[in-house]
Amino acid sequence: MGMTMTQKILAAHAGLETVQAGQLIEADLDLVLANDITGPVAIHEVEKLNKKTVFDKDKIALVPDHFAPNKDIKSAEHCKCVREYAKEHNITNYFEVGQMGIEHALLPEKGLIVAGETCIGADSHTCTYGALGAFSTGVGSTDMGCGMITGQAWFKVPSAIKVVLTGKPSKWVSGKDVILHLIGMIGVDGALYKSLEFTGDGVAELSMDDRFSIANMAIEAGAKNGIFPVDEKTIAYMEEHSKKKYTVYEADEDAVYDEEYTIDLSKLEPTVAFPHLPENTKTVNEAGEVKIDQVVIGSCTNGRIEDLRIAAEILKGRKVCDGIRTIIIPATQDIYMQAMEEGLLKIFIEAGAIVSTPTCGPCLGGYMGILASGERAVSTTNRNFVGRMGHVDSEVYLASPAVAAASAVTGKISQPSELGM
Amino acid sequence: MKACGTVHKYGDNVDTDVIIPARYLNSSDPNELAKSCMEDIDPDFVKRVKKGDIIVANKNFGCGSSREHAPIAIKASGISCVIAETFARIFYRNAINIGLPIIECEAAAKEIEAGDTVEIDFDSGMIYDKTKNTEYKGQAFPPFMQKIIEAEGLINYINQKV
Repeated sequence: MGMTMTQKILAAHAGLETVQAGQLIEADLDLVLANDITGPVAIHEVEKLNKKTVFDKDKIALVPDHFAPNKDIKSAEHCKCVREYAKEHNITNYFEVGQMGIEHALLPEKGLIVAGETCIGADSHTCTYGALGAFSTGVGSTDMGCGMITGQAWFKVPSAIKVVLTGKPSKWVSGKDVILHLIGMIGVDGALYKSLEFTGDGVAELSMDDRFSIANMAIEAGAKNGIFPVDEKTIAYMEEHSKKKYTVYEADEDAVYDEEYTIDLSKLEPTVAFPHLPENTKTVNEAGEVKIDQVVIGSCTNGRIEDLRIAAEILKGRKVCDGIRTIIIPATQDIYMQAMEEGLLKIFIEAGAIVSTPTCGPCLGGYMGILASGERAVSTTNRNFVGRMGHVDSEVYLASPAVAAASAVTGKISQPSELGM
Repeated sequence: MKACGTVHKYGDNVDTDVIIPARYLNSSDPNELAKSCMEDIDPDFVKRVKKGDIIVANKNFGCGSSREHAPIAIKASGISCVIAETFARIFYRNAINIGLPIIECEAAAKEIEAGDTVEIDFDSGMIYDKTKNTEYKGQAFPPFMQKIIEAEGLINYINQKV
């Protein structure tokens, strides 16, 4: 029986010729990740292990990004815990404020993960690296801590859903619209315990930043991982960012899938997920008049350079609507610098938006843009659960950078065409 | 091993943000996390919950973030078991890894109501609703996971190996 792309990567890392869905395996890990929220719990847990040394100081990444730069004293203690552990164990890839960025934008940019590798991270959006053709999945702190010491993790080999992408998306449709549309189709548990394997001619029409956004939100459909085939764009990205040797795996012709969906990218429209689940999707045309108080453009989903370019294209020469707080957060220092060199930051500030240093901040209701009761935000982040960005009676509408920027100008959920673009 | 307690009932897609909101994640102390458990979905939960009580929910319990603080908060609040139609996969792993018993059972999740007294026999996977006088067979763990549970979590399991 043929194997999916995910199954082939897992088999290779478990030292097995073949694996099949449902099989329990122990796989070798190429990268193990934690942040300032999950890291301290992992560090506390591994203190109970007999073995104290890490499996490979070069294959661990510790990134204080959620509540860093330190938002309060307790967060400062968490960041300190991670910093001291990194120092004690001589961890190569610890990223201090000044070098750090939002982990899932930072790690691919630094070339720490490439095609064919396996990665676990104590953060649910670790599935982002599937965009590069790697097997990558979120776990909890104990799994992460044990992975950091042993270099291994146990997995139940997932079955898969095949998502065939065809056609070319129109100007203001991006990866975010593709993944919101898919979650709207299959639901927040539509891919529970499974892989989402993307394929089809439409993949070539998507930039790497689009693919990172799509793989990033695989977890919002409940998926174990989301994964893309490796093509010229993937190889160009890896060669630009990494010195690591990559391995290209392809799904077998006779691989078995639980379900198959086809999405014609040319038919997609700018899409918004209404509160309080990412599956509550509508096109902007169907959204009606939804007045907002805040716009956030950033996060591990949409804080990359292309996202900022799209927002700048819309905000250039325009003003943020009176009373709308517009917060733009480049995901890494390199993206921040590039946005500065390209003049994007000037456009944002002239439009009346603010630009923040990289942080997860408002995405999970940490800081840098918390909502009061009754307030609404259009956000390029990934979750719109009850209370996610602040007060339990606030609302988050998930959308692309294009929709978020257009909404900042009008003060209600809008798309660029409403601005004559 | 058995658990017995009063049921707290929830619906579909109970996410980790409502189990323990991120504004409390600047702590990792179980007892402190327990003080805010379920706050955004059920503000009175911490006042009502008694040691040994049971949470019953529908599908995709624990969806969202990977925060292990969620099962830690539930366990520290006194809950002895969570029964759901399905669990989100990261929550499922985390619960096993920290030793919070969980059972998937569609019929029990649908029929058991808030306030019922429920007993669970973990060895047999049987769930008894003593209020309604009904019983259900929950899904047993595969042998590999049973080994982790028998070792009382992943840390001890690895200590036995390394």
